[in-house]
Amino acid sequence: MKTGTILGLGWGMRRPWAAGWCGGVAAWFFLFALAGLGPVGVPRAWAKDITLLNVSYDPTRELYDDINRQFSAQWKSKTGNAVVIQQSHGGSGKQARAVIDGLEADVVTLGLAYDIDSIVDRSQLLPANWQTLLPNHSSPYTSTIVFLVRKGNPKGIRDWGDLIKPGMAVITPNPKTSGGARWNYLAAWGYALKKNDGDEAKARAFVTALCKNVPVWDTGARGATTTFVQRGQGDVLITWENEALLSLRELSKGQVEMVVPSISILAEPPVALVEKVAKRHGTTEIAQAYLEFLYSEAGQEIAARHFFRPRLESVAGKHAADFPKLTLFTIDEMFGGWRKAQKAHFAEGGSYDLIAVQ
Amino acid sequence: MAGTIRRKITPGDVRSQRGTEESVWVRWLLIGAGGVVASVFLILPLVNVFWQAFSKGGAAYLSAISHPDTWAAIKLTLLVAVVTVPLNSVFGVAAAWCIAKFEFPGKALLTTLIDLPFSVSPVVAGLMFVVLFGLQGYWGRWLQDHNLRVIFSATGITLATVFITFPFVARELIPVMKANGSDQEQAALTLGASGWQTFWRVTLPNIKWGLLYGVILCNARAMGEFGAVSVVSGHITGRTDTLPLRVDKLYNEYNGAAAFAVASLLALLALVTLGLKTALEWRTAALQDRAQAVGSDADKSEADNHPSNAT
Repeated sequence: MKTGTILGLGWGMRRPWAAGWCGGVAAWFFLFALAGLGPVGVPRAWAKDITLLNVSYDPTRELYDDINRQFSAQWKSKTGNAVVIQQSHGGSGKQARAVIDGLEADVVTLGLAYDIDSIVDRSQLLPANWQTLLPNHSSPYTSTIVFLVRKGNPKGIRDWGDLIKPGMAVITPNPKTSGGARWNYLAAWGYALKKNDGDEAKARAFVTALCKNVPVWDTGARGATTTFVQRGQGDVLITWENEALLSLRELSKGQVEMVVPSISILAEPPVALVEKVAKRHGTTEIAQAYLEFLYSEAGQEIAARHFFRPRLESVAGKHAADFPKLTLFTIDEMFGGWRKAQKAHFAEGGSYDLIAVQ
Repeated sequence: MAGTIRRKITPGDVRSQRGTEESVWVRWLLIGAGGVVASVFLILPLVNVFWQAFSKGGAAYLSAISHPDTWAAIKLTLLVAVVTVPLNSVFGVAAAWCIAKFEFPGKALLTTLIDLPFSVSPVVAGLMFVVLFGLQGYWGRWLQDHNLRVIFSATGITLATVFITFPFVARELIPVMKANGSDQEQAALTLGASGWQTFWRVTLPNIKWGLLYGVILCNARAMGEFGAVSVVSGHITGRTDTLPLRVDKLYNEYNGAAAFAVASLLALLALVTLGLKTALEWRTAALQDRAQAVGSDADKSEADNHPSNAT
């Protein structure tokens, strides 16, 4: 190794700048590290304005974009204070999990009541009676579950019964992770119950046959829509009505069409104030006003424009033509509420687990 | 010493020097197959990213890039890289130095631990931090009481990225340092250099290209990491979205062209990384050749007796 030593030293000595160069680079690294470490570890004052964080589920991105803009404008003209509303979107169950783990949501606007219930159960950030604190079971808008099919409906899909035909490829997200998928699942189950006069065994057989026709379980409603519309997988997509109407307008341009089944479930996406977080942030008043804005004429009008069924009669009447008429059953009358439905169907060992292992 | 050997080869030995006796068309078939695979699986998708990005025209591209939420994502990504890369560089040099130059109990364990982030799925890495710092985690309550936000903030994203990019610099340096041995440091010490002087004037100059290479790889991964960051981000638009998360979000918002526009920034980063990496490799090869040429001319007979010096 004698040669190597001589070479190495010689090389180093012929370049006296080498040490300086390395030292300079290292010094810069340390400076950067210090500069970077400064803001990290200390909570940041992101903006001087009041900020609200709305943690929401997947298909409401466009809706809350609009709501936030109008609410901030209204709040500014009413109080003179600027408010910035930040959004986080994802699968409903995943978002609930994030709030439980400490995502500091001032308000949650999720896909189904059970997800807010589980925030209550695991983190006590809001009271157990949250659903009674706002009108209409705390759900300012509703939706339902419909089908999207390929242009011209080549498989002739008219109702739930057609979905269990052999060789039919049905796209629906995974009920374990997606709120929308749970509504889909319960809508199918409810249809079978009604059709068979409440026979649980027949309903189970129907949903089992339906699940056998699902080639891929996406994690969220948006992912399933993308799979069906943009990647061209499957013959039929079971999805939120608002998601179906949105994708008809936004992306398909006549490649897909909507089919409304004879009967479906009344989906009631709930909203709630996360009391403890809002209290700590000092945003209780504005967060409450934000949620109430959803029930106002202006808020309902925005909801209707984004294909959510408004609760307010006056707005609903104006948009009656936008929403197909069909028989809707509620989760309370068919399944005895979300907690019961969750336990019977989606919890560990529920009906979905049993079907999935078959 | 490649330089020495090359001079001994006569023109007739070219075939055996190549190490293959296959006929020309077999060689071209293999090269062609490699080329086809590379273009179908690497070049075509990459070109397609840029094609899609500009599918709605240059103006749409610019407006997608200059959207405030995209800017916020760019800033956050840069912040994360600026913290992560120096931290892991310092750590990587220290760890590689320990492992290559010293014998101590637990050395094998340390080497394995450095590789841990490579073998752990990024999702698991992210969840680890949720378990530690989440509200239901071990330190969650304490952090909340002191109004410190780790998870679902830039801090958590940085932590996850530091974890994921932990091995890059160290892994790059350990073989370089091992190959260099400690003779030069020992020589410097016997000539009266202090520990720091030895490090700055002997060790660092010897590893600088390897270090730079490790830093580039570390940076590329820090800016491109998706899985672990996705778990700890909270996905607050304009606040905790890094560039890869922003791409995913735009795509899910039916905004394909904008998603690809932002993706093209990341693709560009990849190309720059690749360019720098190649330039470094050329540079290293050139330096080695020169060093060897000097060495073999000055001390030819000794070099022939020590072929291991060629590395």
